Amino acid sequence: MITRKLLLATSLLVSSQAWAETLFINDATVHTMGIRSTMQDADILIRDGHIQSLGVDLDAPADATVIEAQGRPVTPGLFAGITSHGLVEISMVEGTADQTLGGKEMRPEFDVTPAYNPFSTSIPVTRIEGLTWCLLGATQAGSVIGGQGQAVSFDGGYSSFMGGKVLFISLGSGASAKSEGSRAAQWMLLEQAVAEAGSELSWLPAPLLTPAGRASLKSYLDGGPVLFEVNRASDILQVLAFAEKHGLNAVISGGAEAWVVAENLASAGIPVLLNPMANLPVNFDQLGARLDNAALLNEAGVSIAFTGAGTHNARNQRQAAGNAVANGLPWEAGLAALTSSPASILGMNEGFGTIEPGSRADLVIWSGDPLEVTSAADQVIIAGKSIEMVSRQTLLRDRYLEQDPALPRAYPRP
Amino acid sequence: MTFRKFALGLTLASFALAQQAAAEPFPSTYKAVPSEPVLIVNATILTGNGERIENGNLLISNGIIEAVSEAPIKAGKDVQLIDAAGRWVTPGLIDVHSHLGVYPSPGIEAHSDGNEATAPVTAEVWAEHSVWPQDPGFNRARAGGVTTLQTLPGSANLIGGRGVTLKNVPSISYQGMKFPGAPHGLKMACGENPKRVYGGKNKTPSTRMGNVAGYRAQWIEAQKYLQEWTDWENRKNGRKSDRTEEANPPDRDLKLETLAAVLKGEILVHMHCYRADEMMTILDMADEFNYKVSAFHHGVEAYKIADELAGHGVCGALWADWWGFKAEAYDGIMENIALVDRPEGGCAIVHSDSAEGIQRLNQEAAKAMSRGNRAGLEIAPEHAIRWITANPAQAMGILDQTGSLAAGKMADVVIWNGNPFSVYAKADQVFVDGALLYDRHDPARQALSDFELGQQLGVEE
Repeated sequence: MITRKLLLATSLLVSSQAWAETLFINDATVHTMGIRSTMQDADILIRDGHIQSLGVDLDAPADATVIEAQGRPVTPGLFAGITSHGLVEISMVEGTADQTLGGKEMRPEFDVTPAYNPFSTSIPVTRIEGLTWCLLGATQAGSVIGGQGQAVSFDGGYSSFMGGKVLFISLGSGASAKSEGSRAAQWMLLEQAVAEAGSELSWLPAPLLTPAGRASLKSYLDGGPVLFEVNRASDILQVLAFAEKHGLNAVISGGAEAWVVAENLASAGIPVLLNPMANLPVNFDQLGARLDNAALLNEAGVSIAFTGAGTHNARNQRQAAGNAVANGLPWEAGLAALTSSPASILGMNEGFGTIEPGSRADLVIWSGDPLEVTSAADQVIIAGKSIEMVSRQTLLRDRYLEQDPALPRAYPRP
Repeated sequence: MTFRKFALGLTLASFALAQQAAAEPFPSTYKAVPSEPVLIVNATILTGNGERIENGNLLISNGIIEAVSEAPIKAGKDVQLIDAAGRWVTPGLIDVHSHLGVYPSPGIEAHSDGNEATAPVTAEVWAEHSVWPQDPGFNRARAGGVTTLQTLPGSANLIGGRGVTLKNVPSISYQGMKFPGAPHGLKMACGENPKRVYGGKNKTPSTRMGNVAGYRAQWIEAQKYLQEWTDWENRKNGRKSDRTEEANPPDRDLKLETLAAVLKGEILVHMHCYRADEMMTILDMADEFNYKVSAFHHGVEAYKIADELAGHGVCGALWADWWGFKAEAYDGIMENIALVDRPEGGCAIVHSDSAEGIQRLNQEAAKAMSRGNRAGLEIAPEHAIRWITANPAQAMGILDQTGSLAAGKMADVVIWNGNPFSVYAKADQVFVDGALLYDRHDPARQALSDFELGQQLGVEE
């Protein structure tokens, strides 16, 4: 297979076998996303899944697999956004989509993580593009409270969950059907749910929540991240007031009009997960959608991260970041919104989302500017291992790249 | 008016009616915005013909491209000079698959006019009758360099109705946008959507074989209808004095009129079809009824039959990377466009099907180009630009008027602030028929729809 050899040859210069425990990346442009910012001609030593050292002119240990970066950019593994990786195989195929609880009852105890399947095809498709983790969402449920999700690494493990659980609440016009038609009722219902969760009584008349739901919701009143899917400026201010009243660790998701209340978000220290390419008034909650939302929020001091490319095309997160940069966001902030920023917003371990000695070795060697659409991931390293840069899509490509095969195409297994 | 003129008028009117398509109903009223001559100099020009001209010059006057060349172009003193050093110039971008106007923003139920999903065949409906010209998406698309687009009905139906080709200009009516002389498209759909929509109502089609039986029955009807009209024309023309024949044409049928026009080659078929095997079925069906498919749209598996598509002269209008949202989109790969482009005669098109994607056709083409290059296919920007200019123009039957920068064509031109195959590129200026209808640096040349005017949060600075 000439074409495949060609691909391998052009993609990477690996001096020994993949899956080695010790890796040495030589002469890279390292975007650490930490205190050392960007380092030129830097070397990275990776051992036992972690970054052991980082610096200029390090010596490669004898047992290390050396990867010649030749000045190419290296970044932390990117954040895929709020997605359904491993929860959904084909969106419209019933039985392969487990991200949603359809009922109208409030079930904060609904947790998507037991449905996670690390062998879903979308995981290799996404990770070979340099996205190494996501936040599994519970975002489309029939009630105002969608349920709980959690961050997960695309390292292939059955339960590679990271950080704590996150509660998903959906507000605004999208949720009005869940609240008898009025967004005002969303606050009425949420207040009742919070009151139930905080109640000492073992039995409540006409409760919204099950006993398990009360316990789940109570755990978020004690500080776990609560993600509010909301877009309209006035609704965002309601979230700020609600979060302050109940001491919630709130995160805004969507936030099409967040730029309008950027100062309020900054002073409350509430971060925003947004799609920086959303610039259409797709509904009346998003009349203020604009391409420089990310830039304006960043300028105001709001912590931002990107989401919105979906599960199957999460790889377009980079394009989203590039567009944010094209519309005024500093480049470093654009990369931070895919790395260090979501890690800190979602409460990942210290050092996650950065390249620093001691941090987990999730990193990517890029063919060029990681935010540029014509660049690609040359090699992805997750938990210190060079992953095989293969997905069902690359296999299909290789099967059909060959011209005039001797046998029907069902035979070659690239 | 004298009696004689009145009588003559009546006769002409009834004759015109009988001629059905002789005078196109809902005619275009598009008129180019008046403009002064413009000379663009020192640009990197991608002509859309496969050429790249460094330090190129382009002269526009009377709304038409006068000259494109590497050599200096002489122009009159009244010409406005634009120094495009460091900038790139391309033809105006063309989207062969849009629902702007029929599924506009905001996407409220009251505006949801893209699918007449009440019967599997609605060849009688015309997308233009649903177009809301105030859709803010038109202006967003123009800021992304799009000067022409085809608005199509949705894919709920086997035969969804006529699509309309629009010049992307602000207008109160769609007639004011209608591309002069462009043929109508006919939207057809394979696969899951029709069988889900009608199978779900316990109607036919509920299977893929039901889909194909559904199309074929319509083509048989259309053949018969066309024959009736051809026979009538022959009788009428054969016996000039027989006014009875003239006065008694066959009954018009809007559905069959559309389908007969396809069989006559006057309307171009744009067929939503994902799977390779289904596209092969459709190609055979087109042979059976002697019509041509202009382009398969979405074609997530088009790369599997790239040679067959090229051999039949059928374009693949594709996404750069969409996949996985439904079973028939499961085999998507990022090299689809590059592989469809590969054979001799291959016609690849980047389409959007999205109010967001249409704003960034250049980025989508850039992704497809770079994935092709990583697979060893060696695709240059001057070639890839064809996927969003000349090739869609060809599939829409308007390549003689637009889609490339050639003398005599409509001056649909974009000046980019750099290489358009970059995420950081932006359209600086967009000309439609020579008129500057978008300027990134001049708010006076940034259209705003009536819907957005006065929305307190809606206006970007």
